[in-house]
Amino acid sequence: MKARVHVMLKNGVLDPQGEAVRHALGAMGFDKVEGVRQGKVIDLELAEGASEADVTAMCEKLLANTVIESYSIEMQG
Amino acid sequence: MKAAVIVFPGSNCDRDLAVAFERAGFDVSMVWHKDSDLPEGVDIVGVPGGFSYGDYLRCGAIAAQSPIVKAVQAHTARGGYAMGICNGFQILTETGILPGALLRNAGLKYICKTVGLQIATSDSAFTEGYNAGDVIGIPIAHHDGNYFADEETVAMLHDQDRVAFTYADNPNGSIADIAGVLSENRRVLGMMPHPERAADAGHGGTDGVALFRALAGVLTPA
Repeated sequence: MKARVHVMLKNGVLDPQGEAVRHALGAMGFDKVEGVRQGKVIDLELAEGASEADVTAMCEKLLANTVIESYSIEMQG
Repeated sequence: MKAAVIVFPGSNCDRDLAVAFERAGFDVSMVWHKDSDLPEGVDIVGVPGGFSYGDYLRCGAIAAQSPIVKAVQAHTARGGYAMGICNGFQILTETGILPGALLRNAGLKYICKTVGLQIATSDSAFTEGYNAGDVIGIPIAHHDGNYFADEETVAMLHDQDRVAFTYADNPNGSIADIAGVLSENRRVLGMMPHPERAADAGHGGTDGVALFRALAGVLTPA
């Protein structure tokens, strides 16, 4: 089974990389972009029996730094 | 007086830090990240700068899970002294020993230059060799030195006089110009600038020496 974890900077935490991407898109003429936030996607290959609670523990302890990041988990059969 | 300097794969300021400790009078042991114990009788642990584990995932995130860092956590929990410089600061925040986190520099560029660092408090073993308000010249060399903590944490740090250093001219977007913070018991310091790179005339400046001397003064057995 698999799980996909999305890690994003929390709202209110400045994302300089996202801001640079937004700026570049604007410079290329994509003038309808009002904001860009950049994050990470982490795919986990899990052994049978692994639960969403296990993935939550991984996120809390390592995959995300909850001081600055939020995460969401998609369990994929 | 004994100091231990932790060495991770990718540490690159470990020897500079060891020399700065030695010149202040410490016996220094280098401790490999896979060790699970600190040498007996260590008074202070130095977590050096560099790029531990290639900064994979987040700066300091993997190092924070290494065996020796568990021993550093136990050492600080017992009231032991520790200091983390640059990547070492990132590691100490990742463990939760120090509050906050270090984000990518606001200008997105790696910055390597000497900056003016204001002493925000002289009330710590690390900063008592300076006067509060003094501005010293200390190099920075980082890509992810933009200190962030939520409003409540920043207010707490100010209320408890736990901001050790601020930037005279903020180079990286750090909240409230914060360059270094202290733990609640004031025995753990984390800072992005490198005092060990301003510790010899050959470095072009010696403003970092007073930090190591003050520490030696506090930790000298009576």
